[in-house]
Amino acid sequence: MSHIQTEPFVRITKRQDIKTAKAWLIRLISVVLALAVCGVVIYAMVKLNPIKVYAAMWKGAVGTPKRMLVTARDTVMLLCIGIGLAPAFKMRFWNIGAEGQILVGGIATAACMIYFGKTLPSWMLFAAMFVASMLAGALWSVVPAFFKARFKTNETLFTLMMNYVAIQLTSFFVAKWENPFGSNTVGIINQMTQAGWLPSLFGTQYMVNIILVLLLTVGMYVYLKYSKHGYEIAVVGESERTAKYVGINVQKVVVRTMSLSGAICGLAGFIAVAGSSHTISTSTAGGRGFTAIIVAWLAKFNTFVMILVSVLLVFLEKGAIQIASQFDLNDYASQMITGIILFFILGSEFFINYRLIFRHRKGGEAA
Amino acid sequence: MTQILALMQATIVFGTVILFGALGEILTEKSGNLNLGVPGIMYLGGIAGLAGAFIYESSSAAPNPIVGLIISMVSALIAAGLGGLIYSFLTITLRANQNVTGLTLTIFGSGVANLFGGAMNKLAGGVGQISVATTSGAFRATLPFLSDVGVFSSLGFMVYLAIIMAVVLGWFIFRSRKGLNLRATGENPGTADAAGISVTRYKYLATCVGAAVTGLGGLYYVMDYIKGTWANDGGIEKLGWLAVALVIFARWKPMHTIWGSYLFGVLFWLYLYIPGLTRSSQEIFKMLPYIVTIIVLVVVSLRKSRENEPPGHLGLPYFREER
Repeated sequence: MSHIQTEPFVRITKRQDIKTAKAWLIRLISVVLALAVCGVVIYAMVKLNPIKVYAAMWKGAVGTPKRMLVTARDTVMLLCIGIGLAPAFKMRFWNIGAEGQILVGGIATAACMIYFGKTLPSWMLFAAMFVASMLAGALWSVVPAFFKARFKTNETLFTLMMNYVAIQLTSFFVAKWENPFGSNTVGIINQMTQAGWLPSLFGTQYMVNIILVLLLTVGMYVYLKYSKHGYEIAVVGESERTAKYVGINVQKVVVRTMSLSGAICGLAGFIAVAGSSHTISTSTAGGRGFTAIIVAWLAKFNTFVMILVSVLLVFLEKGAIQIASQFDLNDYASQMITGIILFFILGSEFFINYRLIFRHRKGGEAA
Repeated sequence: MTQILALMQATIVFGTVILFGALGEILTEKSGNLNLGVPGIMYLGGIAGLAGAFIYESSSAAPNPIVGLIISMVSALIAAGLGGLIYSFLTITLRANQNVTGLTLTIFGSGVANLFGGAMNKLAGGVGQISVATTSGAFRATLPFLSDVGVFSSLGFMVYLAIIMAVVLGWFIFRSRKGLNLRATGENPGTADAAGISVTRYKYLATCVGAAVTGLGGLYYVMDYIKGTWANDGGIEKLGWLAVALVIFARWKPMHTIWGSYLFGVLFWLYLYIPGLTRSSQEIFKMLPYIVTIIVLVVVSLRKSRENEPPGHLGLPYFREER
């Protein structure tokens, strides 16, 4: 049997470059495919017309001005954490610890509100909360960063563990500050005086949150793209050896960047506590620290693209909560849908970075 | 004395959940895949096992415990293995980032499990109303000759299964030819590839089989730890991350996970047995397993001894064309 080595059925080659429009088209197709798959799953489960379900999702996310505002509030929260993670990830430092950094930021904020709410004048209170939350977040991230820089301790696993230390710390403070006694919640802090609550702006609640995060979006974009620090981060992320060769102090960059990353995540805790919930619990972060990793990664650390990804994810979440109540499912449907869509987007990156070359049908060798 | 006995039993039951989780993850990580989807996979295994038993028991007039046990176990293995397959396909074939894919798998698994768990609760008429008594009973049946011997008087067969698996896995990874190939894949896939080992096949198999083993942890949690019911309280997720911690703690050695898992169990339950703790200081005590893991992680990186290190290529992608 004469056997001629045939060309493989499909070959993979790296694309040199791809037009932005084409890349986005691929991503769009993947989202549409994901929605179709979710539709099939939803239909199989509840025998509902998926189109109707998606219409209900739309209504749930942006159906009324109030809902739109809540969607916007949650979007900027997710965005804020994503912005915090961007510099760390760009440096290829796997900060999985946003969840913990948000929580300690939230604890610091709540502590200021509880202990200084009656004594400090309003502007000083806000300043204290702002600074304390950032310091707490930075502290939580600088510990793993230090060990990574000095001893190459695995940061993925370290930051992951720090999350759970933070969660227990939160439980500790919740039990300590519980109000009313025996409820095992902190309750609304300063309900009467509203001390330390971010005020409404232009007659709209959450406006301060939105403006603060949009400022951060622009600031981080400029920082990463045009500052010397941003350049150093990019070099360290591309190749640590190159960074050392050109005289960048890698350890310093790692610690500095991680403090910044943690500080912004801590600030997200401030926004969550002072700007929306006015309380603290172990669900203050609510898994957003993990979701934001995906936001930062999918957006390739471009903070403006992050807005888009955050909107998509929060939209899905809100929509799914609506279907849950309307069609008698529970809101974990949103997590499942989010998971499926993310799988598809993650998979689509392959088709953006690589090209498949199929064997020529009329090649002759195969026949 | 009864207190110590109770602590030991609680410890072993707790330890077994994370032992399965950690064993599966070790197998996966030895191939160089850092799968952060452990909680999600445990969720998938747990819910599939419960659903399998639930459907069987509610459709059969006189359910047979052995059949229920087999159905739920097979469902759990398949569901968890499929979770591993999604992860493998995305990270190995489509070259997606491992950390992000793993976290997505956790979100997905938790969503699927809690969605179906909630739906089953509703079908059964409320939280805690799911009854898979026969199957759960089979999981919790003690070994006949040990049924009144101290600590063993309340342990189901999966406790022993986990220990046997740890021993077998330890032998497989460190003493067998295939295990050597697997370690080579995780340490340096380029070299392994050059030596004629199919890196892709090893990674796929290790990840899928590893996921199936991890899924048993979820199954054991549902069937024994919470006695055959479902609660949307994130309990599995917490234990799933502890399983990841245990992998580090045991320094990627299956034999060490056995005592490590029980140590975690003791650390986790200890607060119940220390007198004079207030409700808030209990929470501080519950940090212990995580803090111990952090310390181990740091010490391991300080000592730099080769055999305690994570697999050399852990978390990194391998693309033959980019060597």
